[in-house]
Amino acid sequence: MSDHHDDHHNEEFPHSSFSGYMIGFALSVILTVIPFWMVMTDALSSTAATITIILGLALVQIVVHMVYFLHMNFHSQGGWNMLSLIFTGILVFITILGSLWVMYHMNVNMMPSMMGSMSQG
Amino acid sequence: MSDTTVTANTNQDAAEPSRFLVPGEYHVPQGTLLGFWIYLMSDCLIFASLFACYGVLGRNYAGGPSGADIFELPLVALNTTFLLISSITYGFAVLQMQRNKLKGTMLWLVVTAVFGAAFISVELYEFIGLIHEGAGPERSAFLSSFFTLVGTHGLHVTFGLVWMVTLLFQLKKHGLIHENKRRVFCLSMFWHFLDVVWIGVFTFVYLMGVLPS
Amino acid sequence: MSDHFDLTKLIFGRLTWEAIPYHEPILVATFIAVALGGIAVLGALTYYRAWGYLWKEWFTSIDHKKIGVMYMVLGIIMLLRGFSDAIMMRIQQAIAFGDNAGYLPPHHYDQIFTAHGVIMIFFVAMPFVVGLMNFVVPLQIGARDVAFPFLNNFSYWMTVAGAALTMISLFVGEFAKTGWLAYPPLSGILQSPDVGVDYYIWALQIAGVGTLLSGVNFTVTIIKMRAPGMSLMKMPVFTWTALCTNILIVAAFPILTAVLALLTLDRYLGTHFFTNDLGGNAMMYVNLIWIWGHPEVYILILPLFGVFSEIVATYSGKRLFGYTSMVYATVVITVLSYLVWLHHFFTMGSGASVNSFFGITTMIISIPTGAKIFNWLFTMYRGRIQFEVPMLWTVGFMITFVIGGMTGVLLAVPPADFVLHNSLFLIAHFHNVIIGGVVFGVFAAITYWYPKVFGYKLDPFWGKCSFWFWFIGFYFAFMPLYVLGLMGVTRRINHFEDPSLQIWFQIAAFGAFLIALGIASFLIQLVVSYRKRDQLRDESGDPWGGRTLEWSTSSPPPQYNYAFTPRIHDTDSWWQMKQEGFKRPESGFVAIHMPKNTMAGMLLAGLCMAFGFAMIWHMWLIAVVSFATMLICAIVHTFNYDRDFYIPAEEVERVESERTRVLANNV
Repeated sequence: MSDHHDDHHNEEFPHSSFSGYMIGFALSVILTVIPFWMVMTDALSSTAATITIILGLALVQIVVHMVYFLHMNFHSQGGWNMLSLIFTGILVFITILGSLWVMYHMNVNMMPSMMGSMSQG
Repeated sequence: MSDTTVTANTNQDAAEPSRFLVPGEYHVPQGTLLGFWIYLMSDCLIFASLFACYGVLGRNYAGGPSGADIFELPLVALNTTFLLISSITYGFAVLQMQRNKLKGTMLWLVVTAVFGAAFISVELYEFIGLIHEGAGPERSAFLSSFFTLVGTHGLHVTFGLVWMVTLLFQLKKHGLIHENKRRVFCLSMFWHFLDVVWIGVFTFVYLMGVLPS
Repeated sequence: MSDHFDLTKLIFGRLTWEAIPYHEPILVATFIAVALGGIAVLGALTYYRAWGYLWKEWFTSIDHKKIGVMYMVLGIIMLLRGFSDAIMMRIQQAIAFGDNAGYLPPHHYDQIFTAHGVIMIFFVAMPFVVGLMNFVVPLQIGARDVAFPFLNNFSYWMTVAGAALTMISLFVGEFAKTGWLAYPPLSGILQSPDVGVDYYIWALQIAGVGTLLSGVNFTVTIIKMRAPGMSLMKMPVFTWTALCTNILIVAAFPILTAVLALLTLDRYLGTHFFTNDLGGNAMMYVNLIWIWGHPEVYILILPLFGVFSEIVATYSGKRLFGYTSMVYATVVITVLSYLVWLHHFFTMGSGASVNSFFGITTMIISIPTGAKIFNWLFTMYRGRIQFEVPMLWTVGFMITFVIGGMTGVLLAVPPADFVLHNSLFLIAHFHNVIIGGVVFGVFAAITYWYPKVFGYKLDPFWGKCSFWFWFIGFYFAFMPLYVLGLMGVTRRINHFEDPSLQIWFQIAAFGAFLIALGIASFLIQLVVSYRKRDQLRDESGDPWGGRTLEWSTSSPPPQYNYAFTPRIHDTDSWWQMKQEGFKRPESGFVAIHMPKNTMAGMLLAGLCMAFGFAMIWHMWLIAVVSFATMLICAIVHTFNYDRDFYIPAEEVERVESERTRVLANNV
């Protein structure tokens, strides 16, 4: 019943505005420049801190793109767009972090001698 | 909506056939935009697998070069700029289309395609350079997963370019008819989606790759 | 001279006459049988001038009902192939003891168990499941077709293309000798330089694309095209399970695509994802393929859970017990199925923390499944049960599946798994759930919906024969494997030294013969029912006293399914319509908007198959040409904007008044 509004032949296309695109673009530029600057100038001495910050900025930029370029919200297509995005996000999380976790533990348990050398090449 | 139109639920009412059917023609909602979005979600998981591979194998240099040895961040920054600009120019094409301006739509699509092609060219330049230096995909697991992840993204962009050219011909032939508008929207989702993937690539692969571990 | 040589190489790659296995008597005999059978079929089609009919009414059809039937036909044909593999293995293992080497040399035996697994999962179970969804889902939700009818046809032909490549490998070259998931490094280029693994890769890759697209298609169909009033919690349970299955397809198959692509790169371009040298890690393949593989298990079983729910409710004459819990159980299984994949390789050595996590999640996922079993039992409780053939299959399922589920929970305990991993206990377990769940469910579904598809019921006598042969045959074939597994016998062995094991294998072979009789009974049932179709005819459209919408239309349904789109007020919508004395409208028909047939799907899939074949044999020239042609055809297809038409109101009126006449005669 959620489909009432696009019952008719003229399906609804997402509406976008010039200001929306410009805000998204400006935010993206900022969120791209900061991590590049941080890494290229070695702004922070701690690698762990740098990684945390640039991953955080990447996540924010992904959200910016989703909102301003892909026009994600909770009611387009009766909420199914957002639902599928969240579901996919969870699965992406499981696939990547799960694989890393599982494989790391295998390496630790099955070839502990190589764990040190692998990261140094 | 049907629950509100049919309020009485008595047996006399049941004789009325319209309680159980829609008289006349029923327009089914169009599913292409949702379908294409769901396809993109599945594409997301292809990239997730490749990211997972890169995450697991990305430090297995096998005595070969590491990310810090081969990544040229200025080149990556240039490429990121191209892709980001192409995203906003695609946005302008959509804005032109909303105002039903065929010429403007096509013009901005061409601009987008040019930036997309520039992105591909820089990426090819980078790949060819690496292969010449002996840092090709068969050198180590790190390079295999690097070339595959970045290359898959590049193939997607290439496919987007082919689609864009096709769409330009279709726009020229039929104008901004409803089907074509839908296609412009689908391609716009595809194009912005690739930009989102690229955020992951430049952060997870390039920037994190050159950091000392 | 060298120029000539290079051109030959470019066109034919590594395909030479050597690739034809004319030195293997078993294959030659099979080939002769297949060729004769094929010629007979083609001759008969030509003699009866059926080509035009098949082309126009079936091959190019985008009608979901016909595509559904074609999927089922594909599944049945491939079942025969997959089962011949099974019975060959059973015979080999029953006789190959001590001095007797049996009749299958290892390299042939290895291809057989690989082909058996691949075919049964990808080209039997998947077509059956997708075929059922194709036929039933649009009817259950009151739609006229799926969301993307052309894509549906294309998906079907891609599945056929994959199946055809697998079949070709029987007579041109060989199939993989690696087991059905083709683990590297065995499937890598060093250990398997031949074409077998390439056949495997390309067949699955092509069929996988088809499956993925049909997953997208059905997800959108169910989300968007439900009849007005059918909110999510008023959807029939089969449609619910179909929705969850398709979400799983969309979310899992890309991972298969990716991991097969990586294996392809390892084999074709010399990358090092899964190799033993230069930093590759073979276990990453195992990890990724099971992230696809475990959801795949639920892709197969969930729709059949839906089937059993429909059948139990119908033949108990009651509303399904615990509809809401059934839906939630399905959704929980959908999500949890992504958190259990490591239980397929506990022995990899990830250590106690990882193994405990996945052991516990595996045990948790059995809870919603158990809840479903109780729902079915409570539906039957105090119901007026009609023991028609579908109900027999359902009760057989409940008994068998519970046993299989319990051995599954046993395997989920990591220490126990270290003992039983890769043993025949595991083989018995998954056949227990796949045969007991998927196969029994498919036969139940075929019997249940057959009158809807063809307008006459299946003959119950042969249906009962089929059920009892399958049911008893299953226990004879697989209970011995549990015993053998507990004794430590591992899978994929083609010769044994210890004579005390032989009796168990002989019992299992006997069971396989009983199953063969079950399959034969099913085929006989199809023929007998066709010949007795006038006695078995169903003119009401509702032969079983059904509850869901598909039983409200005629059998077989008209091309447009429903003259008017139904309005839904209840989960058991047709039951409610019958209770409230719904009367079919006999006038006021309007023209109906329908999609047009197209040959584009078949063409594209055919080119894709040519591309796959060329890649397998390293025929680079043909590969490039077929790929370019495919791309061009796809682009040209997008220039076709004229894809639908209207069935005129007079035509609808004619069909509907014919139905009115039949219904009047029936009373």
